[in-house]
Amino acid sequence: MAIKTYLQAISDGLREEMRRDQRVFLIGEDIGVYGGAFKVTQGFQQEFGEDRVIDSPLSETAITGACTGAALMGMRPVCEMQFSDFVSCAFDQLVTVAAKQHYRVGTPVPIVVRLPSGGGFSGGPFHSQNPEGFFAHCPGLKIACPATPADAKGLILSAIRDPNPVLYFEHKHLYRRIKGEVPDGDTAVEFGKARVHQEGSDLSIITYGAMVYTAEEAAKAAAEQDGTSVEIIDLRTITPWDREAVLASVAKTSKVIVLHEDTHTSGFGAEIAATIAEEAFEHLDAPVVRLTAPDTPIPFSPPLEKAFLPQVEDVVAAIDKLSAY
Amino acid sequence: MATGTLVDVVMPQMGVSVSEGTITRWMKGVGDTIEADETIVEISTDKVDAEIPSPASGVIKELLADEGDTVPVNTRIAVIDTGGGGGNGGGGGETEPAQAEAEGPQAAAPPTADAPPEAPATASPAPPAPEPAQTPAPAAEAGDEDGDDSGRTFVSPVVARMLAEHRLDISQIPGTGRGGRVTKKDVQTFLDGGGGGQAAPAAPEAPAVHDVPHFAPPAEPEPVQAQPAPPPPPAPPPAAAPAPPAPAAVPAQPAAPAPVSDGDVEVYQFNTIRKVIARHMRHSIDTAAHVTTVIEVDMTGIVGLRKKWKPVYKERYGVNLTYIPFIARAAIDAIGRWPWVNAEVQGETALIKKHVNLGMAVAIDDAKGLMVPVIHRAEEKNLVGLSRSVIEMADKARTKTLTPDEMAGGTFTITNPGVFGVLMGTPIIPEGQVAILDVETIVKRPVVVTDEHGNDAIAIRHMMFLCLSYDHRLVDGAYAAQFLAQLKENLERWDENAFGL
Repeated sequence: MAIKTYLQAISDGLREEMRRDQRVFLIGEDIGVYGGAFKVTQGFQQEFGEDRVIDSPLSETAITGACTGAALMGMRPVCEMQFSDFVSCAFDQLVTVAAKQHYRVGTPVPIVVRLPSGGGFSGGPFHSQNPEGFFAHCPGLKIACPATPADAKGLILSAIRDPNPVLYFEHKHLYRRIKGEVPDGDTAVEFGKARVHQEGSDLSIITYGAMVYTAEEAAKAAAEQDGTSVEIIDLRTITPWDREAVLASVAKTSKVIVLHEDTHTSGFGAEIAATIAEEAFEHLDAPVVRLTAPDTPIPFSPPLEKAFLPQVEDVVAAIDKLSAY
Repeated sequence: MATGTLVDVVMPQMGVSVSEGTITRWMKGVGDTIEADETIVEISTDKVDAEIPSPASGVIKELLADEGDTVPVNTRIAVIDTGGGGGNGGGGGETEPAQAEAEGPQAAAPPTADAPPEAPATASPAPPAPEPAQTPAPAAEAGDEDGDDSGRTFVSPVVARMLAEHRLDISQIPGTGRGGRVTKKDVQTFLDGGGGGQAAPAAPEAPAVHDVPHFAPPAEPEPVQAQPAPPPPPAPPPAAAPAPPAPAAVPAQPAAPAPVSDGDVEVYQFNTIRKVIARHMRHSIDTAAHVTTVIEVDMTGIVGLRKKWKPVYKERYGVNLTYIPFIARAAIDAIGRWPWVNAEVQGETALIKKHVNLGMAVAIDDAKGLMVPVIHRAEEKNLVGLSRSVIEMADKARTKTLTPDEMAGGTFTITNPGVFGVLMGTPIIPEGQVAILDVETIVKRPVVVTDEHGNDAIAIRHMMFLCLSYDHRLVDGAYAAQFLAQLKENLERWDENAFGL
């Protein structure tokens, strides 16, 4: 057990799996010589060589298509979108080809697409998005959104070993900011199993990714303010997502905030809120509250970006409002 | 995520309008082995009692509801382990050796589309917390709200559920939510016996009666005793006054009946059937304008015919020929002439039914319960068919194997207390119908008969009363009387050729 950053944990997971399984290779823009835009793969090319750590041309379509083909030939490719925003170029390869291959033909497509995502450092509209909602709507894809270093490693291992195409959203704002204990060795984390980030009895916050920490700070503030006890559920993966854990928490607290950094309309929070309404209606003591970014592109200006992203104060305000309901 | 080895047993939907069912009896316990289609549980619903077959073979892993519990349709009530290894989650496929796919046929990969867990498995329906004894809050509390109490009128889903589960009166619970709304916490605090300084000063140790689940509602006027099932709490003090006196003026409830010692009374908790009967009977009385008219029928001819044909029926058709098929057939034929007794009233509209779906009241459970199976399109059946249907339906009712469809859609009902020797009755009309025919006993009586020459004589005849209760909203006395007269004529001038032989 060692304390590592979120970024180190991803890096370690990739490295260990590449050492364990010769079929695993990496491909992406500037991931080789340069070590990746965020240095997740720094030193990889020296260890594994150019054949297993491939610098690709600037074409997300080509990267994803190549991965799909390699996977069909028995490989276990892991590609990187330099920023998750660029995945829109690979949409067709993922949604039309990779996601439907097993359904159409019966052959699995075990690829992993790494997607550095999220805002918080003035990246502007092309370098800050959280596009998981597009893909959550597509049957045939799996989606992971780890929040902790331990999960970052555990889920990258599971993602590589999964026979399905997996989108692995790694939040850029967590890379070096978040440190945590990462168990040594082979510590794959199962998809579809949420994690109770902290237990509470008055209200539940259902979230994932970087917003887990926003929720945590808000919960701390609310507890200090008037003793409100907030439960935080970290979904870890949104396809599949852990309904049982969410519904159990709703049954316990009867008040829910669904929190994510993605924009509002058709964000994954809508699915969670709808499921709660359908399956836990009789447990509700207040309306389900969705706390998300507004339906606009992400602003470049730092004050505007702050206004755009759900902040700790926003969550505290929502907690107060729900508590008083 | 399904593990592939665990199979859920859910409360089945026993008919379109059925929303919940009560576990009557578990046939298996945890750890028992069960075969697919073997009965695992007996349930009881508004519409039907039924034995539920197991969906799979295996070992009972969990029973998630107790006998007596009423749970919504599709709630998981049991889990069967079908064997075949441990229950590690699938979906991720993470334990699968990586080589398997590269070499062999690609059989192992599950499509992701099936990844989401299929079982909703909402958290367990009832909080496990034992229901504590509680005392009513002072009535004054309710009126004491500061300022705006608009919120009091809104009841959230979870509060509504808790009120129902614990049979609480919301007006007794102080609300602390927005606008004075009663929140889940308020209910919980109230249940926990006070807290927040709001609850009534605890009355001197409430009698043990109040520890019994479901029987501590402050508003419950009756000093309900313990259910028979749970073992008595340790050394209950001799029942004290059941309602702890509230300090403030509770609107005077009718004085509780004098306490009775446990030995004097057996407390019978209504079962599902009883509850349904009670509700339907009350509702029918409250809506239909009940009138009962009686006619006397000379059954001598039928008695003779039955005697003659009974052995033949037994031999040819294997059915026991009773009087009911005769009366049913005669009533159906009379309906043909007087169709308004085969109808339904909806507000100020009557639906006159084209087919006679004949309800047959059947006593079950030693006459402590009643079921009304329905012979659909009874007008299409001759005496043989009716005989067979009557026997079949009665058997199914007694063995509780009727399906919801076999109990639905009745348009006219016959009840037959006459078998017990009674002379007259004023039955309650089943809901959704406008008439019910009460068949009474057949007795030999001295009767004045007139021959074709107009000579009167006293003769011994087999006489029977038929009592028709009908809904005066639709059917007037003259109409009902003429229906009965037609029925009488059909029986007294029975056409032997109509036997379908």
